[in-house]
Amino acid sequence: MNDSRFTTRSELIGILVLAVFLVVILPLCLDVFRLNLVAKYLTYAFVALGLVICWGYGGILSLGQGVFFGLGGYCMAMFLKLEASSVENTKIQSTPGIPDFMDWNQITALPFFWKPFHSLTFTVAAVMLVPGIFALIIGAAMFKRRVGGTYFAIITQAVAAILTILIVGQQGYTGGINGMTDLRTLKGWDIRPDHAKIVLYFFEVGLLFACIFIAQFVRHSKLGRILVAMRDQEDRVRFSGYSVANFKIFAFCIAAIFAAIGGAMFALNVGFMSPSFVGIVPSIEMVIYTAVGGRLSILGAVYGTILVNFAKTSLSESFPELWLFGLGGLFIAVVLAFPNGLAGIWGDYVQPRIDRLIGSRKPKSGAGWTDDSVADGAPAE
Amino acid sequence: MLIGHQPKPFLLSVEGLTVSFDGFKAVNDLSFYVEENEIRVIIGPNGAGKTTVLDLICGKTKATSGSIEFRGKDLTKLKENQIVKAGVGRKFQTPSIYDDLTVFENLEISFPRGRTVFGALTFTRDATVRDRVHEVAEMIFLKDRLGMSAALLSHGQKQWLEIGMLLIQDPDLLMLDEPVAGMSVSERAKTAELLNRIIKDRSVLVIEHDMKFVEDIAHKVTVLHQGQILSEGTMDHVKNDPKVIEVYLGH
Repeated sequence: MNDSRFTTRSELIGILVLAVFLVVILPLCLDVFRLNLVAKYLTYAFVALGLVICWGYGGILSLGQGVFFGLGGYCMAMFLKLEASSVENTKIQSTPGIPDFMDWNQITALPFFWKPFHSLTFTVAAVMLVPGIFALIIGAAMFKRRVGGTYFAIITQAVAAILTILIVGQQGYTGGINGMTDLRTLKGWDIRPDHAKIVLYFFEVGLLFACIFIAQFVRHSKLGRILVAMRDQEDRVRFSGYSVANFKIFAFCIAAIFAAIGGAMFALNVGFMSPSFVGIVPSIEMVIYTAVGGRLSILGAVYGTILVNFAKTSLSESFPELWLFGLGGLFIAVVLAFPNGLAGIWGDYVQPRIDRLIGSRKPKSGAGWTDDSVADGAPAE
Repeated sequence: MLIGHQPKPFLLSVEGLTVSFDGFKAVNDLSFYVEENEIRVIIGPNGAGKTTVLDLICGKTKATSGSIEFRGKDLTKLKENQIVKAGVGRKFQTPSIYDDLTVFENLEISFPRGRTVFGALTFTRDATVRDRVHEVAEMIFLKDRLGMSAALLSHGQKQWLEIGMLLIQDPDLLMLDEPVAGMSVSERAKTAELLNRIIKDRSVLVIEHDMKFVEDIAHKVTVLHQGQILSEGTMDHVKNDPKVIEVYLGH
């Protein structure tokens, strides 16, 4: 009777291995430039983590996670931009004290919705609440009307396209196609030098593990099982007394909030935010990270994101024009041959061998929910 | 209830129920009443509207007109999950179970607690839940299959599992859509035994084609034909009704 609510033992080991990898091995092996690249990759891992819950468990494919990544990132970038646009820093502008791109666009006063972003507390709340509430609205509008599957995926794509157009079009308020650049300090602490990059990296890893634990909690709660049940038999869940729409909205919102945290960390680590991380292409890339890592595996999504991005960086450095084809090919290959991604390969081929090597196959503790220890693979009739 | 000398009200009163799909009336001005603890079987040829009637009661299909009153509530105005909460349980024709979960987890999801998002997040598998799942699993002959993935069950076992999921819900009105369809002879006998045990203390509405089975369990039989009631009464009465013989039993 070892019904652990958060993790089973093997999952805990997996989390520890990932922690050692991210906290010890990578910082020791990589220079600051490469470590900062990993920090950038990990911002997408937040999105992938959300997609595991929303898509992997809940079966809700969102092709518009860039929207939430972008909203979180822009909220953070607005705060940083305001701090970088102090009167002193911007005295050469015709209106000092407002962000440079506003000045270039003949805007003479800070727009009202920018003002609260002077406050870091407000910004941190907004990073999660703005995308969360936006997801709530989209989710309620779609799921209450029973819109799902491909239709939902297409609508999320449309939202991603619309938001990109909006950001690019409203140059004076958003920085347009260039985005918000030249972000410098966080409460007076310079985020650009090497030591700041290292601190930010560890902070981000900490946040990532917080999100991993939240995801684990959701997954091992009854809500996690209801999501899986809904994916298979939506009507059965509905006629067992659940409001299916509410559960879908929850999964979509949590995925949105995770994505937004990733976006905010992106603005901090990379030092800018632009519409090129909001639109359709980045949104689909984020789905590919999740698919490659394994859409049913919380840790797999993190590894998948790091791996695909490493490949992207090295391939696009050498063969820039071939990269997109490579990514597309990878996606098709994974979906056709390994629908559960790297985590599936690990679970099917590697894990059993390790178990055999260790040899001491004690009765499995993984399924430990019942008192009369039923064997996992009891033969069917 | 404090009804005293008044006649016992019906558990379910369906009155003037009509549903039309693009002008085609699948159910046409249908009225029938189910008493407490009654076992009612609905029979009828294909396309008679049997499944549609169950769909209407559980809220899957919205009625065009008419009312469905259950324990004083008009079900046509409630959402699906509210209808379940009111005490109506429904089994689908093809076994609808969760393949990716274990038998235990399948049953647990139907346990009537923690049905909101927050409730599901904070749900704990305590002794009450565990005991109830074991109790029901024993009833549905799946006691030694609790840890198994539901996908590995045989067709008959899947049907039992879904019946078990309804039992955990403990509905006042249990609706079963062809519970013995596609079962082997021995499974069928076991299912009849199972149904005979679980129909105590509740009303049951069953759709079934197997006449032997119907004869075994039915208190009252309603014969549907083209969305309307052709005949209603005891099995003997219905069997000898010339209208019924003509459209259904004679075939």
